[in-house]
Amino acid sequence: MTTALIADTTVDVDAEGFLVDAYQWNEQIADELAHDNGVDELTPRHWLVVRFMRDRWLETGNAPSIRALGKESGVPVKELYELFPKGPAKLAAKIGGIPKPRGCI
Amino acid sequence: MKKRIVILGGGTGGTLTANRLRRRFDSDELQVDVVDRDDRHVYQPGLLFVPFGLADPDEIVRPRHRQLRSGIGFHEAEIDAVELGAEHVRLADGHVLGYDALVVATGARLLPEETEGLTGPGWLERVFTFYDLDGAVALRAALDRFEGGRLVVNIADMPIKCPVAPIEFAFLADWFLRERGVRERTELVLSTPLDACFTKPVASKHLTYLLEEKQIELVTDFAAGEVDGVGGKLVSYDGREVPFDLLVTVPLHGGAAYVGRSPGLGDALDFIPADPHTLQAHAAPNVFTLGDATDLPSSKAGSVTHFEGELLDANIRCFLAGEELESTFDGHANCFVETGFHKALLIDFNYDTEPVPGRFPTALGPLPLLRESRLNHLGKLMFQWFYWHALLPGRDIPGVSPQMPTAGKQLDAITT
Repeated sequence: MTTALIADTTVDVDAEGFLVDAYQWNEQIADELAHDNGVDELTPRHWLVVRFMRDRWLETGNAPSIRALGKESGVPVKELYELFPKGPAKLAAKIGGIPKPRGCI
Repeated sequence: MKKRIVILGGGTGGTLTANRLRRRFDSDELQVDVVDRDDRHVYQPGLLFVPFGLADPDEIVRPRHRQLRSGIGFHEAEIDAVELGAEHVRLADGHVLGYDALVVATGARLLPEETEGLTGPGWLERVFTFYDLDGAVALRAALDRFEGGRLVVNIADMPIKCPVAPIEFAFLADWFLRERGVRERTELVLSTPLDACFTKPVASKHLTYLLEEKQIELVTDFAAGEVDGVGGKLVSYDGREVPFDLLVTVPLHGGAAYVGRSPGLGDALDFIPADPHTLQAHAAPNVFTLGDATDLPSSKAGSVTHFEGELLDANIRCFLAGEELESTFDGHANCFVETGFHKALLIDFNYDTEPVPGRFPTALGPLPLLRESRLNHLGKLMFQWFYWHALLPGRDIPGVSPQMPTAGKQLDAITT
């Protein structure tokens, strides 16, 4: 675990840049993390997904998988990949300041 | 007063739980009923061997009701829905079964139709799955007439049953095609949505080494969005393509369909959210679950179901007696991984400890972990006997405990 300065805030991050403490997160951090990870601007559709992921994690301690995200967030899987290239669940989790979704076993 | 237990599903978890409860309680104390849509119990680990002619369909299927002890009711019917408030299960044939405790053990369901194009043109012609018996039999014929080209093994998305099975399939295909003399003309590819061939880092490293040795190409981070069975290509959600001549796919999985018709019982994928240690469902205190039906972060594997089953009947006893639940499941899984040429390796792990090298103690002597050996292959073959004669009847397998043993494991192999 190391610390990083993101949007003028010092936060704890893991080796892959995921926030260790979800409560250190704020919207400015989300903007900067998005930008650093290839998402130039967070549109309302991005925010819908990021907030859905984050709320679900805060509520249950688990981040939804891409399939559950596609079924429950109202954003179809194909669009999720357009919004968050490569790994929507991973990237939305990172931007939302929650831990990397554990791979299913 | 006599209590009633209803068990949904007569597969591994349902059968062994029914048998253990029947042994634990007298008939005048407890009524045990099992419901399943059919009377065909498939030994699912055998499905891997069918496409290669190493097992025949009739060797791996037995009647479900014959695996149940006397004094257990068996209902062959579709389940319409569970009504949690009324504490009963409605069956499609009109029967209603009330319960004091319910066990959900209906496993996972294959959902090939949820991937665009998968069951369209080419399905069962050049696109197959070995995850059900009909598919495995059809694939056997296709492999027999395969004369080379690109053979792609694809995992649509997690979670799936037996996450090592697709890797085993690739290993066995390498062996099978070499025996048939067409391996030189075959490109063998494994594509996965994961960032490595397996979910656990140390085991992944060992398995990746074996894939390289067997010249099996690995495509990672590939989330299959569409299958073109005519053009012979898989297309990922982010627009990458993997061409194939023969596709062996592991389709998307979900829980049983009735779960979706039962308000409050399951999650978005119809799996059952539950306490990872007590197996009590979040839906209600008198609902328990085990095996592939759960949403737990353990493997969907027979060994997991078996270890859960060895603990679950004790918790059901506690619940019926109004006591605190005592048994805690640790996520223990134990899987033989066929690597071809009559060898296999063994992995043993739980929620907290990933598979590592070392030795696994058994009553018959130690088996090597994460290393290929003939002994492990024999272990895998022998297991089918244990399954029908010890595991399903609910007997404990000597020397193998439901909790993961740490003795013999090289735990310093874990770097994180």
